[in-house]
Amino acid sequence: MFQSNKDRLLTALVIGMAAIAGSIVVIIAIFVVKESIPAMTHIGGSRFLTDESWHPADDAPRGQFNLLPILLGTVLSSMGAICVAAPLGVLSAVFCQFYAPLRVARWYRMIIELMAGVPSVVFGLWGLVVLVPIVASIHPPGQSLFTGIIILTLMILPTVVLLTDAAFSSVSHSYRQGAAALGLSRATTVLSVMIPAAWSGIVTAVLLGLVRALGETMAVVMVCGNVVRLPKGLFDPVRTLTGTIALEMGYARGDHRASLFFCGMVLLILVAVLVASIEIANRRGRHDTT
Amino acid sequence: MTRRKTWFQFLFDVSVWLSPLPIAGLFLWLIGDLILRGSGAFWPDAAEVGGNSVVIVFEQIIQFLTAAPERAGRGGGIGPILISTGLILSVCMTVALPIGLGTAIGLSEFLPVNSRFGRLVRRSLDVLSGVPSIVFGLFGNAFFCRFLGLKFSIASGGLTLACMVLPLLIRSAEEGFRAVPDSQRQAAAALGFSRWSTVFRIILPQASLGIVVGLILGTGRALAETAALIFTSGYVDRMPRSLGDSGRSLSIHIYDLSMNVPGGNENAYASALVLVASLAVINLGAHQLMTRLLKREVAYA
Repeated sequence: MFQSNKDRLLTALVIGMAAIAGSIVVIIAIFVVKESIPAMTHIGGSRFLTDESWHPADDAPRGQFNLLPILLGTVLSSMGAICVAAPLGVLSAVFCQFYAPLRVARWYRMIIELMAGVPSVVFGLWGLVVLVPIVASIHPPGQSLFTGIIILTLMILPTVVLLTDAAFSSVSHSYRQGAAALGLSRATTVLSVMIPAAWSGIVTAVLLGLVRALGETMAVVMVCGNVVRLPKGLFDPVRTLTGTIALEMGYARGDHRASLFFCGMVLLILVAVLVASIEIANRRGRHDTT
Repeated sequence: MTRRKTWFQFLFDVSVWLSPLPIAGLFLWLIGDLILRGSGAFWPDAAEVGGNSVVIVFEQIIQFLTAAPERAGRGGGIGPILISTGLILSVCMTVALPIGLGTAIGLSEFLPVNSRFGRLVRRSLDVLSGVPSIVFGLFGNAFFCRFLGLKFSIASGGLTLACMVLPLLIRSAEEGFRAVPDSQRQAAAALGFSRWSTVFRIILPQASLGIVVGLILGTGRALAETAALIFTSGYVDRMPRSLGDSGRSLSIHIYDLSMNVPGGNENAYASALVLVASLAVINLGAHQLMTRLLKREVAYA
């Protein structure tokens, strides 16, 4: 086909742009890994789990780099949040789809969408000023794993609700009609027909909620207390991977800085594993329906 | 088969009906609290009341939006912070828009649907949209601030955000391109249009709505962002003199006031109200346009 110079230029331009856009994620991975190499060579992988404490300000020989409490803080807070948000979110989506009158469902969806748009600092601010004193009056100090779980739950609920809602919508209408023809009750229809049919979509929704909880930074920093210690209970303060980066990046030098990039790398790996499992869940879901 | 409900079904029904209550309740509490406390800074003191109180409130709001922060933000306003935020967003969009548009055009108009390169780029953008924002912050610090030597600056912050909003921008623009019916591309090809004119005369004008939606959504995402900016655009709350200066965004201002400045809560709330109000306007605008876009798609179909 005849191509003018202008067309050749345009083709080169858009392909070039696409190449740039596609390579960003690779550059991010390269830089995060490159910056954390000193941490891995000077400190070594095992010391992140066996050191006595987290005192990273000194360089490798003298500093202490135990990441275990921080890792546990991330896992506990995000798992806690997803354990609350998953059932509550799925029930809410069921409410929207099968129980609520149309107008109520529309209002409720709008509230959830608004909630999805609230920035994390605002959740953090509200948590810090309103929620923390209330939790403190139940069990001091207030800035704790518990408060973090509440705030994180609120932040990931929109993801779970909206995606589960969409998953229910995409289930073929004949399922609903079949259930109605069999005279099944509403609860049975939902529990034994709709939820199994939308299962892979629901799993995706919950896992994406978990991804969001793992990566959340500001709100968690503001309400979790940020003490690096293994929490003994729900009302103890915790520190997360994201929180550690946010709090210490400002003054970190040398091996300390590298260990923060190492935290970032661990976070990236956790997210990558989750995203990969979402893909596997989706592929399996597609096989089920065909 | 009995039609009688089992206990389990009854329990399920009840929990479905109750599930929205805690969610909506907590959210309305948050919004109510934000509006009440956030507007507290604007109400005239009881002693000053006299004259037209609406005018006073209006003046206080203008005062807050334009004045410089005093005593680390406890007093004064957010003038320089709004300017910095605006500059960061402009840098972000000036860089992200051409790259995003080019990529979207390439993906939807130039590359065959199943080309390996196209699939690779799409996959990589999907992964990019899942990267946590604090990791963008780390990357921005290592790449823009240090590697490219931009230091803590508005430019570094804007460029970091550009990487972050790119997937969103590309997806919306592609939506826009998809809304242009294939018959128009075929007609253009039949008339012997060059690709250049097809893209700039036929496709882009019709897809502009989708592009604008992407632009708005991207701006909203960038405006709400904090974690990616702390170590790229920095903390300085003075009026920026150039893009090479460090500048504090609105979201960082809220974070700093509530965490590091005792007695900063009132102004933190007022700033949060400004942030949420602007996001509400942005999202409403995007929503309106999106509805129009969908209607147009339906009209073509």
